[in-house]
Amino acid sequence: MAKLLIGNAAVAQGAYEAGVRVVSSYPGTPSTEITESIVQYPEVYVEWAPNEKVACEVAVGASMAGARSMTCCKHVGLNVMADPLFTASYIGVNGGMVICVADDPGMHSSQNEQDSRHYAKAAKIAMLEPSDSAECLAFTKAAFALSERFDVPFVIRLSTRVSHSQSLVETGAREAVELKPYEKNVAKNVMMPAMAIKRHVVVEERAKKLAEYAESTELNRVEDNGSRIGVITSGISYMYAREALGDAVNYLKLGMAYPMPEQKIRDFAARCDRVFVIEELDPFIEEHCRALGVEVTGKSAFTMLGEYTPAMIAKAVLGLEGAPSAEAEEPIPVRPPVMCPGCPHRGTFYVLKKLGLTVSGDIGCYTLGAAQPLASVDSTICMGASVSAALGMAKARGPEFNRKLVSVIGDSTFIHSGITGLIDIVYNKGANTVIILDNSITGMTGHQDNPTTGRTIRGEATKQVDLELLCRAVGVEHVVVADPFDVKAFEQVVREEVNRDEPSVIIAQRPCALLKYVKYSGRCVVTDRCKKCRMCMKLGCPAISVKEGAVSINPDLCNGCGLCVNVCPFGAIEKEAEA
Amino acid sequence: MKTTNIMIVGVGGQGTLLASRILGNAVIGEGYDVKVSEVHGMSQRGGSVVTYVKFGEKVYSPIIGRGEADIVLAFELLEAYRALPFLREGGRIIVNTQAIDPMPVITGAAAYPADIVSRLGAQAAVTAIDALSLAKEAGNSRAVNVVLIGLMAKNTAIPYERWIETLKTTVPPKFLEVNLRAFELGYRYEK
Repeated sequence: MAKLLIGNAAVAQGAYEAGVRVVSSYPGTPSTEITESIVQYPEVYVEWAPNEKVACEVAVGASMAGARSMTCCKHVGLNVMADPLFTASYIGVNGGMVICVADDPGMHSSQNEQDSRHYAKAAKIAMLEPSDSAECLAFTKAAFALSERFDVPFVIRLSTRVSHSQSLVETGAREAVELKPYEKNVAKNVMMPAMAIKRHVVVEERAKKLAEYAESTELNRVEDNGSRIGVITSGISYMYAREALGDAVNYLKLGMAYPMPEQKIRDFAARCDRVFVIEELDPFIEEHCRALGVEVTGKSAFTMLGEYTPAMIAKAVLGLEGAPSAEAEEPIPVRPPVMCPGCPHRGTFYVLKKLGLTVSGDIGCYTLGAAQPLASVDSTICMGASVSAALGMAKARGPEFNRKLVSVIGDSTFIHSGITGLIDIVYNKGANTVIILDNSITGMTGHQDNPTTGRTIRGEATKQVDLELLCRAVGVEHVVVADPFDVKAFEQVVREEVNRDEPSVIIAQRPCALLKYVKYSGRCVVTDRCKKCRMCMKLGCPAISVKEGAVSINPDLCNGCGLCVNVCPFGAIEKEAEA
Repeated sequence: MKTTNIMIVGVGGQGTLLASRILGNAVIGEGYDVKVSEVHGMSQRGGSVVTYVKFGEKVYSPIIGRGEADIVLAFELLEAYRALPFLREGGRIIVNTQAIDPMPVITGAAAYPADIVSRLGAQAAVTAIDALSLAKEAGNSRAVNVVLIGLMAKNTAIPYERWIETLKTTVPPKFLEVNLRAFELGYRYEK
């Protein structure tokens, strides 16, 4: 029977069926569940790597050693992976290698809206783009064989709506794929100039072969409905177009996002009076058509911004208006994401806001420290940048500025790429204070283990990176472990460390409130000693609100963490045992 | 056969994801084509969450546009109000009467609209239910999602037995008993 799977789980199933042996990734929404789904297959070695560069290199090594291998990341993770990626293109593969990258049009959970298709062109590798879960499975499976056939890593490009939509798939058995022999091959695997110069010739010849394949493969499919309007599309946009336009147009569905065919596009366009290119984000297909001299309508009828919808496509192509709809009579308050009740980061940001510090931020749940009312984060750039950007700020503005400056970075993000920034601070005589928000897990992406948790992706016990020793080992002499819920002591620690003219690290230690073993007893209640000073409202706890002038705590939301008890200057909030 | 569009809305952490999974599994049990669009990542942290379930002979797009939802299943009042433009003419809103203040209301930057149920009623067919109380009656306040699924089940063409079977295969065994009770309370609910 057909199974309902999200695209990510279908990619994992496709890789499993193709005989993948090694999978290494770093979590990142919307790609995380691919690697998590691999855990269900005991035959496959799977790991969380410290970052995407490492993950990609593990996959390259596994491929070189003869295994089918895979690495998965989100669009910005591909930036981190770019260094090995561009040279892996020259080396090619031994065992087939697949890189899955999930873009996030609409930025549901990302800091930018970049279009990963450019990487395929820039790195001269091949890219497939599935439209639903059945294609996720089929394309991934095909990609391993194609990777070996053309001696090149294949990329599976996903987007949030493909990764996180469930649709029906037929699953199959795992293919018996033997480990290929490992033979030392300096000309292919040692990329120093003399060898790389020769490999570049191979890469360009391969590009021609891939372009020829793009002409003949059924991955690029024409649906001729006898219309004079043509639509060239790929990925989720195909599904939107199919729903919006039905049989009213002809389709050229590009399952191969790179390289794209030439003749197939010319022939398709020649049968139509007007051709639309329907693609989210950048005009990647559109520019390819233009370069061929094929006239198309693309971004001028659509947008570079966010996600497309079927209604948008129906209007742009057929001039159809959407269904009538009701409207609310008044503006509806927005509901932005917030830190959970009991979130350990709340204590940290409460103190940072109180001290009026400049906060160099990073990527994780704690990016929410930028939102009201805690509103203390000044900047968010990319993974690890909180540490290094703060060094830049301090070097630009001097010691006085630095005494009002901290970096905040999660435990997993620190291991990912914060540690290199910290080494820069020590090496180059900086005096920054870095706060590592150690909540014992990778939180934002849904609780993945990492090198600081002492467990592998399969939950097995392993060596645990000791953050305190690590920071001391790179030369930080002042490392303090503090509890962000003990607000008075935590505030004292922050004051001391920022005023120091030497590098310091504060490890703010308290586990994520959503971890199963985190259980606070009782619930917090407001007593009649409340003076309505609203100090507790500064915490931005979703459970605390003011109703008709009185502060109240919603017992259905409160998890009893007690942070509000600690900040109330009148001792007016108490812990009450659960009824 | 026309595609049936069900939009499930709520606040991150309320269990909308499990609701959409139960619905999706019930629908494939009936032999329909189906697509379920989920939300993961940052918006799950107490933000507005929207999932779509679409089923019929052949479903292409996983998302539901304005004026296209046959049923809006809302876990929270304000989110029901926010989803109103997505309801089709003649569609039904099933709403849990729980109100969870969003941060702009908590900080005083905005007001939570009053009388949302009657405002919705002026523009659409509405069934309101205190699913949180019923979930507690079933034995676990987290079973709000299954109470709501129970109530919604009556508004679909999918038979009762299919729902029970789906719960048995979708819900972790340890929570099955509570969830079966929660489903019954929703299914038998009379306004």
